[in-house]
Amino acid sequence: MAMLSFEKKYRVRGGTLVGGDLFDFWVGPFYVGFFGVTTLFFTVLGTALILWGASQGPTWNLWQINIAPPDLSYGLNLAPLAEGGLWQVITVCALGAFVSWALREAEICRKLGMGYHVPVAFGFAIFAYFTLVVIRPVLLGAWGHGFPYGIFSHLDWVSNVGYQYLHFHYNPAHMLAITFFFTTTLALSMHGALILSATNPAKGELVKTPEHEDTFFRDAIGYSVGSLGIHRLGLFLALAAVFFSAVCIVISGPFWTRSWPEWWGWWLNLPIWAQWPLQ
Amino acid sequence: MVEYQNLFTAVQASGPAEVGIPLRPKDSPRTGKVPAYVHLLGRFGNAQIGPIYLGGLGLASLILGTLAFNIIGLNMLAQVNWDPIQFVRQLFWLSLDPPSPAYGLTVLAPMGEGGWWQIAGLFLTVSVLLWWARIYTRARALGMGTHVAWAFAAAIWLFLVLGFFRPVLMGTWSESVPFGIFPHLDWTAAFSLRYGNLFYNPFHALSIAFLYGSVLLFAMHGATILAVSRYGGDREIEQITDRGTASERAALFWRWTMGFNATMESVHRWAWWFAVLCPLVGGIGILLTGTVVDNWYLWAVKHGVAPSYPAVYPPLVDPATLIQGAK
Repeated sequence: MAMLSFEKKYRVRGGTLVGGDLFDFWVGPFYVGFFGVTTLFFTVLGTALILWGASQGPTWNLWQINIAPPDLSYGLNLAPLAEGGLWQVITVCALGAFVSWALREAEICRKLGMGYHVPVAFGFAIFAYFTLVVIRPVLLGAWGHGFPYGIFSHLDWVSNVGYQYLHFHYNPAHMLAITFFFTTTLALSMHGALILSATNPAKGELVKTPEHEDTFFRDAIGYSVGSLGIHRLGLFLALAAVFFSAVCIVISGPFWTRSWPEWWGWWLNLPIWAQWPLQ
Repeated sequence: MVEYQNLFTAVQASGPAEVGIPLRPKDSPRTGKVPAYVHLLGRFGNAQIGPIYLGGLGLASLILGTLAFNIIGLNMLAQVNWDPIQFVRQLFWLSLDPPSPAYGLTVLAPMGEGGWWQIAGLFLTVSVLLWWARIYTRARALGMGTHVAWAFAAAIWLFLVLGFFRPVLMGTWSESVPFGIFPHLDWTAAFSLRYGNLFYNPFHALSIAFLYGSVLLFAMHGATILAVSRYGGDREIEQITDRGTASERAALFWRWTMGFNATMESVHRWAWWFAVLCPLVGGIGILLTGTVVDNWYLWAVKHGVAPSYPAVYPPLVDPATLIQGAK
């Protein structure tokens, strides 16, 4: 059995949300549970449909395989399998698998006596995906506004949708999302580096303490958020990046249809200075 | 079902100020011996602000950085005829641009035609390098490893590629990024369009994967530590040197979820590498653009990555190749 040296005493029964003891077991290192079964069902079905869709497509080139959503003319109806219906079923499978995975995480949290932070955080990612393939297409009135499933096809979709609004960098929510993405990565590099520098000190030095961590950052920038606070900060920054990503795409189309650079006209035309010409 | 979820600090302990690890005889004194306390900060992390170590490197870095910032601001102010209202109104659109292509790699272009951009860029670069030296020496002064400095160096690499290495390889400062809020965004979009869509640049793809990966990792790590904080999981150094039940539960959570787990130390190595590789490979992608690869879409077609589309328009000659005078 693939068990860590200390693992056996943690493998106790209970903590399940659904199914009682029926699925309360492990396969290798994996915990199963009721939601492990549903995860497996949706994953296998979805993956098989992707493979079948690829077999009906023009190429087996991994970069170019593409499962496209239905044509806009289908609106919010079901489409024939070969004309986007496959994309619709795969989307249902993906959402089923993601939600099952989050609920399985919640069961594992209960089993280990942990807080629910991880499944809640994963919920933000599911919400962002749901926004892209359900909320925004529904608001725009056609499943064809979802993004295609394929490596380069989804990049092309991002490019094309971005240029429909002329210049997506001017989308204020996109600005916030990117700022949070960069800030999270900055904070992660500093946190990872700080822990490694305390536990892998200069030659001949003893392993350092949280006092050294706080001193290093107070010396450097005048503030240290602390060993507990940095994890709150990291989680907040990461979730804000995901949340504003969802916002930036859902407002594009349903709530703003012109170019994003034009949106900033309100600032130039504020009543405090609108009476003067520019320059 | 109602149980404690660690979100905010409910009870704040206050004691004597933490003045920090004692300084070495050759160090400068720390600034701000009596720290400030902010209650709301204490809800989230440490309430204490200060002290800070300024030192010679920090002072020089701040002076040069302030100079660069003011050169940029004063140039923008001059562009609106020193009208403070128009300055605020147009701030996001204002720009301090590098010299035009005609100046090539001229050491100093006329001040009004990119010279100020060059001086601001020089001051900013020296300021950043001095700040790096300060981060390095502070780590050594405290007997710690220099991991923070080397992570910072990865970011400086990307900064130097954008504003120095690539312009030098291209033979003109005009290739580098302007100072300004919207102008640097315009530069980014124009850069991608000029070189055939950066989404087809594999190093750009890797860089984005590490950017998203870093955010994913911090969400996973931050959430895991908060979830086991009831067992002391936030005391990571203790957990690394003497594994406790917090580490064991955190490890088993991921092992049971996805069949694999990091350790309390190795998760920080994953974190460091993901965060560092983001600017590192991103810089490689920028450096290759225009110097080695002229059109990433055509590059991707050539290597069988992107599909080629039928030519529906007659071939168009790039006008840039027809202008021989301006290099």
